[in-house]
Amino acid sequence: MLSLIYLIGSVTFIVGLKMLSNPATARKGNAIAAGGMGLAILGTIFLYRHHGQGLHNYGWIIAGLLIGGVIGFISARRVKMTAMPEMVSLFNGMGGACAALISVVEFEHMADALSGSTDDNMQLGIIFAGMIIGAVSFSGSVIAWGKLNGRIRDIAFQGQHIVNLSVLALILLLALFVTVTLPAATVILFAVILVLSLIYGVFFVLPIGGADMPVVISLLNSFTGVAAACGGFLYDNPVMLTGGILVGSAGTILTILMCKAMNRSLKNVLIGAFGGAKSGGASKEQGAYKEIGLADTAVVMAYAHKVMIVPGYGLAVAQAQHACHELETLLEARGVEVRYAIHPVAGRMPGHMNVLLAEADVSYDKLLEMEQANGQFSTTDVVLILGANDVVNPAAKSDPSSPIYGMPILEVENARSVIVNKRSMKPGYAGIENDLFFQPKTAMLFGDAKQVLQQLVAEIVNTL
Amino acid sequence: MEPVFSFLEQHLELTYIVILSIFLGVEVISRVPSVLHTPLMSGANAIHGVVIIGAIIVMGQASDENYLALILGFLAVILGTINVVGGFVVTDRMLEMFKSKKTK
Repeated sequence: MLSLIYLIGSVTFIVGLKMLSNPATARKGNAIAAGGMGLAILGTIFLYRHHGQGLHNYGWIIAGLLIGGVIGFISARRVKMTAMPEMVSLFNGMGGACAALISVVEFEHMADALSGSTDDNMQLGIIFAGMIIGAVSFSGSVIAWGKLNGRIRDIAFQGQHIVNLSVLALILLLALFVTVTLPAATVILFAVILVLSLIYGVFFVLPIGGADMPVVISLLNSFTGVAAACGGFLYDNPVMLTGGILVGSAGTILTILMCKAMNRSLKNVLIGAFGGAKSGGASKEQGAYKEIGLADTAVVMAYAHKVMIVPGYGLAVAQAQHACHELETLLEARGVEVRYAIHPVAGRMPGHMNVLLAEADVSYDKLLEMEQANGQFSTTDVVLILGANDVVNPAAKSDPSSPIYGMPILEVENARSVIVNKRSMKPGYAGIENDLFFQPKTAMLFGDAKQVLQQLVAEIVNTL
Repeated sequence: MEPVFSFLEQHLELTYIVILSIFLGVEVISRVPSVLHTPLMSGANAIHGVVIIGAIIVMGQASDENYLALILGFLAVILGTINVVGGFVVTDRMLEMFKSKKTK
């Protein structure tokens, strides 16, 4: 009976994941996978038998489920849409910690009951794999969460990769040593490996620049999947195995797809700390930029035929999506054609911007993908850039020495005029200057995206 | 090497599952639009919460005097549940926004 339930669970994961990759069916797919998960959990609680023995400690299990369920539900309902990436990262860390804890307990079990057979070696190997991957995923995710939150800053030092690789090699060697020799008293070594794994997770994520963070979260996500699959081997449990491996491989592909969207290789993301080192063009003359006031901006936009809004990180941070939609409706009412140009990695995560704008009720067909948008800039009167920086940097096309060279960008410079809203002239994620800001057709509009948009709306309503 | 082979032989079915799942995962995801990357990542995140089953088994097999196992197992159940429940709810919230657009 239980194996049948597990089979159903596995199938729902596959179907759910498949449906999640299509906008029309995604929500249903999520619900199906959740249903399968619930079934598998209930089945395990009530039907699991090992050597004819059922589970006990029901009070503890149910209490744990309730506490975790309430915490998970409330934090998931409360989190702001803009804070989604760090929430996902934090949840992922929980899963990693869970996998690591299972391994710790199982190791303790094993240390008590070594039979001396070669099967013990393999068993131990799997316990180690689950623990190491789970622990790295946990500490890495927590760091990722802290960095996205702005609590932790990028820390990169010379030779960091060598240190990282040494720590990793040490972890693997120790784990291999314990696994092969299988001495009775390895508890201390086990603890050492656990601690090293946690440290490695921290070191692994610390130097990675903000723009690459989603890729790393996706990668850690697939790590946790593999850690879960290790549990599947440990308990001969097919649903853990399929669930874990599916996420492991799907997560890896997703990671690669994200890299492609930014035109970066995975190796590049992991090794070439984006903003870390000062980029080559630092000494370049900056030139002068031109400022524009709110009143002028309002006039320019209200009398344009076609306005293209390029939302970026600044809009996400300021939570200005609602104000943005307001401006859009106002302009449309005046007969201005308004479209949004969405770069695939705009916002804080691929696809994040679409979620934000959808939250603000922006109609779906006003959102243009990068290629569509690029075809329309030449017929656009005004481009309004809201806190986007690197995704509109022409250096990606023209300057081979730039760290973002080759990244597909929104070609806003083809439009008749460009208005850039930023809080200051500080460079964006990639830490590089943007020539666009110094071009004659560009004007800077300083201020917080939300305030600026609200003032623009007021300006248009009151004076025009 | 020998223990590895004997292990694989003993767990042949599981090994099949692993290999097939790898291809399935790749196949299922390839060519997903970037619009869906965030919800998809979050959904996958919830699915690997299946590790909760391991936590439940650990908890349910711990003997009454083994406080270390009890405490760690309890913690594992809580963390795993946060992962599962939070993951699915957050994904649903994101996707809800896409859906409201379609129906209008």
